[in-house]
Amino acid sequence: MLLIRCPYCEAERPELEFTYAGEAHIARPADPSKLNDDEWKTHLFIRSNPRGTHFERWRHQHGCGRFFNAVRDTVSDKFAMTYKAGLPRPTETELEKARS
Amino acid sequence: MTSYRIPEKGRVNQGKPVRFTFNGASYVGFEGDTLASALLANGVHLIGRSFKYHRPRGFLSAGSEEPNALVGTDRGPGRFEPNTRATVLEVFDGLNTTSQNHWPSLKRDIGAVNDALYMLFSAGFYYKTFMWPKSFWNKVYEPIIRGAAGLGKSPTTPDPDTYASRFAHCDVLVVGSGPAGLAAALDAGKSGAKVILVDEQAELGGSLLSETDAGINGQSGWQWLEEARSALAAMNNVTVLTRTTAIGYYHQNLVGLCQRLTDHLPNPPADAPRERLWKVRAHQVVLAQGSIEKPLVFEGNDRPGVMLAGSARSYLNRYGVKVGNRPVIVTSHDSAWLAAFDLAEAGVKVAAIIDIRPNVSGHLMESAAALGVEVLSGWTVTGTSGRLRVASVRANPVSRSGVVGSARTIACDALLMSGGWTPSIHLFSHTKGKLDWNEEGQMFLPGEATEESRCAGAGNGVFSLAAALAEGAAAGAAAALDAGFAAKAASYRVDGELVLTGANNRELPTDRNTSKAKAFVDFQNDVTAKDIRLAVREGFKSIEHIKRYTTTGMATDQGKTSNINGLAIASDAVKRPAPAVGLTTFRPPYTPTTFGAFAGYNRGELFEVTRKTPIDGWAEQNGAEFEPVSLWRRAWYFPKKGETMHAAVARECKSVRESLGMFDASTLGKIEIVGPDAAEFMNRMYTNSWTKLAPGRLRYGLMLGEDGFIRDDGVIGRLTTDRFHVTTTTGGAARVLGMMEDYLQTEWPDLKVWLTSTTEQWAVIALNGPNARKLIEPLVEGIDLSDEAFPHMSVAEGKICGVPTRLFRVSFTGELGYEINVPARYGRAVWEELYRAGQQHGITPYGTETMHVLRAEKGYIIVGQDTDGTVTPDDAGLGWAIGKAKPDFVGKRSLTRPDMQKADRKQLVGLLTTDPNTVLEEGAQIVLDPSQTLPMKMVGHVTSSYWSAALGRSIAMAVIEGGKAREGETIHVPTPGRTHTAKVVGTVFFDPENKRLSA
Ligand SMILES: [Zn+2]
Repeated sequence: MLLIRCPYCEAERPELEFTYAGEAHIARPADPSKLNDDEWKTHLFIRSNPRGTHFERWRHQHGCGRFFNAVRDTVSDKFAMTYKAGLPRPTETELEKARS
Repeated sequence: MTSYRIPEKGRVNQGKPVRFTFNGASYVGFEGDTLASALLANGVHLIGRSFKYHRPRGFLSAGSEEPNALVGTDRGPGRFEPNTRATVLEVFDGLNTTSQNHWPSLKRDIGAVNDALYMLFSAGFYYKTFMWPKSFWNKVYEPIIRGAAGLGKSPTTPDPDTYASRFAHCDVLVVGSGPAGLAAALDAGKSGAKVILVDEQAELGGSLLSETDAGINGQSGWQWLEEARSALAAMNNVTVLTRTTAIGYYHQNLVGLCQRLTDHLPNPPADAPRERLWKVRAHQVVLAQGSIEKPLVFEGNDRPGVMLAGSARSYLNRYGVKVGNRPVIVTSHDSAWLAAFDLAEAGVKVAAIIDIRPNVSGHLMESAAALGVEVLSGWTVTGTSGRLRVASVRANPVSRSGVVGSARTIACDALLMSGGWTPSIHLFSHTKGKLDWNEEGQMFLPGEATEESRCAGAGNGVFSLAAALAEGAAAGAAAALDAGFAAKAASYRVDGELVLTGANNRELPTDRNTSKAKAFVDFQNDVTAKDIRLAVREGFKSIEHIKRYTTTGMATDQGKTSNINGLAIASDAVKRPAPAVGLTTFRPPYTPTTFGAFAGYNRGELFEVTRKTPIDGWAEQNGAEFEPVSLWRRAWYFPKKGETMHAAVARECKSVRESLGMFDASTLGKIEIVGPDAAEFMNRMYTNSWTKLAPGRLRYGLMLGEDGFIRDDGVIGRLTTDRFHVTTTTGGAARVLGMMEDYLQTEWPDLKVWLTSTTEQWAVIALNGPNARKLIEPLVEGIDLSDEAFPHMSVAEGKICGVPTRLFRVSFTGELGYEINVPARYGRAVWEELYRAGQQHGITPYGTETMHVLRAEKGYIIVGQDTDGTVTPDDAGLGWAIGKAKPDFVGKRSLTRPDMQKADRKQLVGLLTTDPNTVLEEGAQIVLDPSQTLPMKMVGHVTSSYWSAALGRSIAMAVIEGGKAREGETIHVPTPGRTHTAKVVGTVFFDPENKRLSA
């Protein structure tokens, strides 16, 4: 069972309190009608599914209820960091710092 | 019966006899015995039959790694448990045990014919037989396999015991209480750190319990152990858990422990839990799991009486039991010599020490000579004899060039073997820690750790007592230091310890035909060296494949005694180094663990919550039958005395259509959506348009996923311009709120909207029927109920029966209807008041079944029953619910994808069976041509199907490819024994003009 840090509660809590919510930084287009079928398909269904560093969303479902972002290694399951929804994707330098 | 117990030897309490049974025969053991040591003390070696060949088997080991000695234990009604390892089962007065895998008796077993048919059961047997003619499989193999399959017998009644669970946090968790673990716990404990020390055995000490030669700090090993125990007991910051197995090591230093609390007690307290599952989150972990002895692989190495030398030493020193009167030792490791010496010193005639190695260190040779034990070094063992117990061993000299000389037979009643020791890296391996191959020791050792953990002692490949104590102390101190405590490693002085070495083997050399040899590698799954070589010949090169093909290492012992031997033989056959062939992954649990421990408190009524409405108690008192709907239990129907479900539902339906029915709709999901941007948020979340909905009006709302498929629906009321009362399906409430929160928090955080679940705040009573208004008119205050002031699809706030209400005029039945929302605490009182007042109209409480029938008569869908996550609004005939002028809403863009507009999509239609009395089965498949060849093309399925009392016939709904265009066509529904026909019709069966809604 993982320990996950909620960036809103600013505390580590057991995985049981959280739900996973898919890949992060996939913003809903401001006007979906402007997208052609192929672009809309990509937005809806195509995900990066990496081996290694993954930017993903979690929700502190049984806590504050907030959605937030996390960086997790899909091989080791280790979280490099978590951050609030709406913040930009951390840079490689920030990630290095968080991992050390 | 001859006793093999040596008076005053060992740690068992020889003053406290206990009586137990094995296969019906009564035996006496002592307090502190395991079933294995107690049976051995009575001269019993034959403990069971093997899994595949039903070969007679004895005790291989003295610990939790035991592959052979699995027994059934019976602790009274409901308390039968199969596959308990006799080597860890503590005996007590009244314990009843039985052997497994035999019929009719342990000594005469018919299944042993498998042993003679061993050629049929070789590697890949299961896979190969699947390829054989089907008739052969059905008639010959399956019955044989089914008859012989399974390890032990399953219990047949529910487990009457209770199981506890506990969370714990500590600074340092030490797994294993041998010398290394004790040293680690002592130093971590002295630092003041919160320490938990666990050991699977009944007492602390690990290998110290079996060895008596070396001294520590000027004391004997056992004296030092006593002191260490007292020191730990005196530290308030140290928790010692015995009979507790660390079963799994998970992320971020979470370790699962299973503590056995009562299995060793003759009369456990009635309310005591049997086991407790601990989830320990440790800052630092020290793994001191020790090591497991390797068997040698030679023909007949599985005969009862053949056991690991170190285990024989445990039986002697710890339990005071000699495993035979005339043992022979066969070994390639010095440690087995110590077993021989201990036995000889205890007065046992050791017939010979056979050492595979041509050269053995001088001091061992001298000690053997002094004790009068014959030594055959540079010899091999090529066979054993004896039907139910080893009677002799066949030994041959091996020349320097590897030629096996002529055999000599040595009589014996026990054969004690050692192929060296394998570090237990199981828990370390659970963490995906890197494993390093040690070529010299032919073992995997813990490498770089992925967690905050350290390994110490034999589990880390450090086998000497002195080094293990030093490494344990260092690990304990370092762990405490890392956890933030000032700690120092103690130093230990060890006297009288011998330096032990060994050599490694594959199968032992033999002069016999190896293709027929039954030289066992995996005792529990009956896998021989020949099976592994055969698998390699057939093309398997990776241990993961060889393992699955031969099933080696896949039994309940996870190959604790067999993995390294299997790997060595595979690596030899593949002609690649062992690490290139690979080690299989260890997975939790370390030893078999009861389902009860995992389930803990979460069983029976506590398995999951049962949600009940405020009116549930009334329904129960009034004889309702219930059905589960998501976590809720809902009144299903209200049978009168002796009434069938069919009759009750028909009566309830009739009452609603003719006069008045009442229904508990409290389980409806409810969300209050409030804020200046509430209407805008609703416009984006639902397909419908909300801008123009006036306060005081209701609208049916349809919610899609972004993929354009129906997710949920419900009637939604606008109370004021900035406040909506949303209802959702009963099962969808949490999901809908979660989806709304997701969009609000992450896509549109700029919207000023607040979402609150109010499902449990409101009790909802649905009144339906022509007399609904007549009933509530005198009970309602502050709302004009006239058709003009309060038409269908209206909402108003006022009072009913003197309590506040949000009154909806809405209908899910097609009749004049109201949904009366009152604060939950008034729900039952209002329900009872309406029930009393409604007697004049013959008011009839009805359940979910009647609700389903009535809504189906009107063609109202139930999301999740008539839709399945692949249904668009158009498919469901709900195209009218889409606000086409809206620029965007969740799912809108997907509705114009080409796939979503195909004419042959499955669409919701009504069905009328040709035979009006046939009620189709929900889920039944639909075909267009019933005479087509198999497999038929299925074009859809029945989603809802009922007997309609109002129409005097059956009705059904279905999704069918291009269904709307098929109206009027006949379709076919093949079911076992009969193919039904039905006509495709519209989905509204009753009152299509909706006259009754405004009646
Ligand atoms: Zn939180």
